[in-house]
Amino acid sequence: MRDSFNGLVKKFGLPRIIIVSFFLILVAAAFGFQMNMAQFLGDILRRWGMFGILALAMVPAVQCGIGLNFGISMGIVGGLLGGLIVVEMNLAQNPALVAIHPLFAMWVAVLLAIVIGVVLATGIGYLYGQLLNRVKGSEMTVTTYVGFSIIAFMNMMWMMLPFKNGELIWPNAGKGLRNTISLASSFSEVMNNTLSFTIAGVKIPTGLLLFFFFMCFLVWVFMRSKTGIAMSAAGANPMFAKASGINVNKMRLVGTTLSTVLAAVGILVYAQGYGFMQLYNGPMMLGFTSVAAVLIGGATPKRAGIVHVLVGTFLFQGILTLGLPVVNHIIPESNLSEVMRMIISNGIIIYAMSQTKGGSGRE
Amino acid sequence: MNKRRLTDILLKNMVVIMFVILCVGATIASKQPLTFVIPELFTRIARNSFIVLALIIPVIAGMGLNFGIVIGAMAAQIALFLTTYWGFTGISGFLATVALATPLAAFFGFLVGKLFNQMKGSEMIGGLVLGYFAEGFYQLIFLFIFGGVIKLNNPTLMIATGVGVKNTIDLKDTVKYALDTVPMLTILEIGFYVVVIGLICSALFKMAKKQTVNWKNTGLGLVAAVAVYALTFIGPVEQFLAADRLLLLYAVELWCLYMILAPVFRFIKWKMELKKHAGEELGSRRQFDKQKAIASVVAAVIVYALTYVPTLYKVLLAVKLPVMTYLCIGALCVFNNVLMKTRLGQNMRTVGQSRTVANAAGIDVDKTRIIAMIFSTVLASWGQLIFLQNVGTLSTYGAHTQVGQFAIAALLVGGASVQKATNRQALLGIVLFHTLFIVSPLAGKELFGDPVIGEYFRVFVSYGVIAMALAMHAWKKPVKAKDEKNGKEAAQAT
Repeated sequence: MRDSFNGLVKKFGLPRIIIVSFFLILVAAAFGFQMNMAQFLGDILRRWGMFGILALAMVPAVQCGIGLNFGISMGIVGGLLGGLIVVEMNLAQNPALVAIHPLFAMWVAVLLAIVIGVVLATGIGYLYGQLLNRVKGSEMTVTTYVGFSIIAFMNMMWMMLPFKNGELIWPNAGKGLRNTISLASSFSEVMNNTLSFTIAGVKIPTGLLLFFFFMCFLVWVFMRSKTGIAMSAAGANPMFAKASGINVNKMRLVGTTLSTVLAAVGILVYAQGYGFMQLYNGPMMLGFTSVAAVLIGGATPKRAGIVHVLVGTFLFQGILTLGLPVVNHIIPESNLSEVMRMIISNGIIIYAMSQTKGGSGRE
Repeated sequence: MNKRRLTDILLKNMVVIMFVILCVGATIASKQPLTFVIPELFTRIARNSFIVLALIIPVIAGMGLNFGIVIGAMAAQIALFLTTYWGFTGISGFLATVALATPLAAFFGFLVGKLFNQMKGSEMIGGLVLGYFAEGFYQLIFLFIFGGVIKLNNPTLMIATGVGVKNTIDLKDTVKYALDTVPMLTILEIGFYVVVIGLICSALFKMAKKQTVNWKNTGLGLVAAVAVYALTFIGPVEQFLAADRLLLLYAVELWCLYMILAPVFRFIKWKMELKKHAGEELGSRRQFDKQKAIASVVAAVIVYALTYVPTLYKVLLAVKLPVMTYLCIGALCVFNNVLMKTRLGQNMRTVGQSRTVANAAGIDVDKTRIIAMIFSTVLASWGQLIFLQNVGTLSTYGAHTQVGQFAIAALLVGGASVQKATNRQALLGIVLFHTLFIVSPLAGKELFGDPVIGEYFRVFVSYGVIAMALAMHAWKKPVKAKDEKNGKEAAQAT
């Protein structure tokens, strides 16, 4: 009995067991306080779809061997630019498109934003992959700081880019883009509202979840394609892959670019679900949140799959959604849930790193 | 050949040269007078040098840039909050805080070291994440444990509900300038007692060990100490020393005096030795370096002449140095150098160069690394206390967040890398980085009509320089690893 328990602990890792039990305790507590569980479940589903694709961006990165990609900010920046361009064009208010259906206009807007984001992210991701191929062994350290740098660099750009739309720039005499850009007149919640229905008080954001699952499916298919398998092989054992005639550097490039592109899609899905686009330092820590999510789902810096994304994002967002009201019920007016988020997300990252013994560094 | 060497030097110091150009350009663009920039700069040097210097030991021990100094800063702030709560004030309050922060930081450093031993090779990213992780616990302590679990009753420190600490804590009536304003008279007095006790103790120690005591030197030392101490009782000297801060002009003049007197003393000593050992052979005597002596005198004269340039004179009059703080910074520089001469320091260096070699040489690698982390964390906590006593307000939830970021960026701007850092690079880096920090918002305002752009620019610089240093380090590493591998194979072959 004891041995099997120890084996279980070893397999899942103590922090994961703690996190899962914590989630269960939160659920039990929420039931105990007779809170509106249907609303919470709806919230969790919504946030699951919102954050899911950002976490999904970790899968190709980990599989191709660059490890946990803290630098998804590179892709995020591309996605944000795509969103800004679409808002600037005022596409969702285009009379011709609205005439068909308002929701259709919004879909056109968000899809165009995604297309622009993807194109930009492909370029950025390619350059980024080139850099990462030259710093093998310390990708995680470099990605983190390159990610921070691009955010800081874009902070300057947001001040200077020549956007004109009143939705984007500060209303009077201010310089540069706003901190938070409302998407109410463009593509706010377009995915969430598509085909959404309410069951037993739980609002199901069908469109959002379908899009999320569709992306997961695409990645799943890709990972099983010839290129995908070659990529996983290159990540798992570069020497062996090289011996089998796989171009390891090219595979890493493909993985990094794909990860960056997914991040660009992810931020737009996140923004439409949230209803706002956050510029400046808003997306700075999204990389950490996404890394934490896949790790909670059971991924390691060497291995990550779609299941890890689905489970991890659900658990992590579940804890965050339930944590706030439950904790506030116990200690009113506190932001203990924020503290909790910090400890959980960074704790799991540290745990994952300390398990790899020497990280991905070459000894 | 010469041209090649020049390009070599330029390439090696590329970062420094780039930042010198950037700083000069930004200063000119900001249109600020030097009388504003330089005093501000000296304040910032006093504030930030200590914590940057605390980064050097882990670099030497091969642990890279220690992002974990944030944890040292947190230890300092916990200690400072507690001593403020208990009502300690002034320099005694500051010392009490140091006394409390040291064991805390040492304990945290020990834990960090233990953790870093689990993740060799990714200490830097580990340290960064660890900083965020610790931030969670820090907030837990300050928001819930203080007031929630431990009842603290103090309306000026605590939020109105009684649970959680306020956002900012004013240190004006407690430890603000506690270290900065220690009068020079006190410093000299303490220095006198330390020298006397040191001399007597070393003599007694030698007697106990039955070694010969050089009574003449001990006596001379005592006489000199008494003489210097006696000087402080002369009216004008006492008045001069009673001031708590030293005008930069006087500091420069004192430096010139030292530069002239030191060679003179050395010359006299050399002459005396020459007479005493007249009969002995030449080789055993220390030679008197004439060129060096002349150079130092000439330098002193030139510097002194420069003080008469009106613009410089104005600047020199505008800057007041907190003597004790600068002495602490100097002491840390000396400590860093002395440590490297001890056995422990040598062990750290070996571990930093190659863990395998160190292990083979019988050095306990893990222990050495933990010790390096303890040193760094404790020094960082002291550095944070120096910073806070100068700033005068403790921003409870914000003062520590950027500490690691800015300290590391400053060190790298000075030309340090992930594997090599010296005191000189640290100090140069602080000067350059903080010049940029002072002038960039103003330059942004002049150039783009908005100071915010300048602020974003300096943040970008601090991230960018770290990203660049890390990328450059990783870029070089595979080559080095290959070399090492070849070396190992060669060693095995023989």
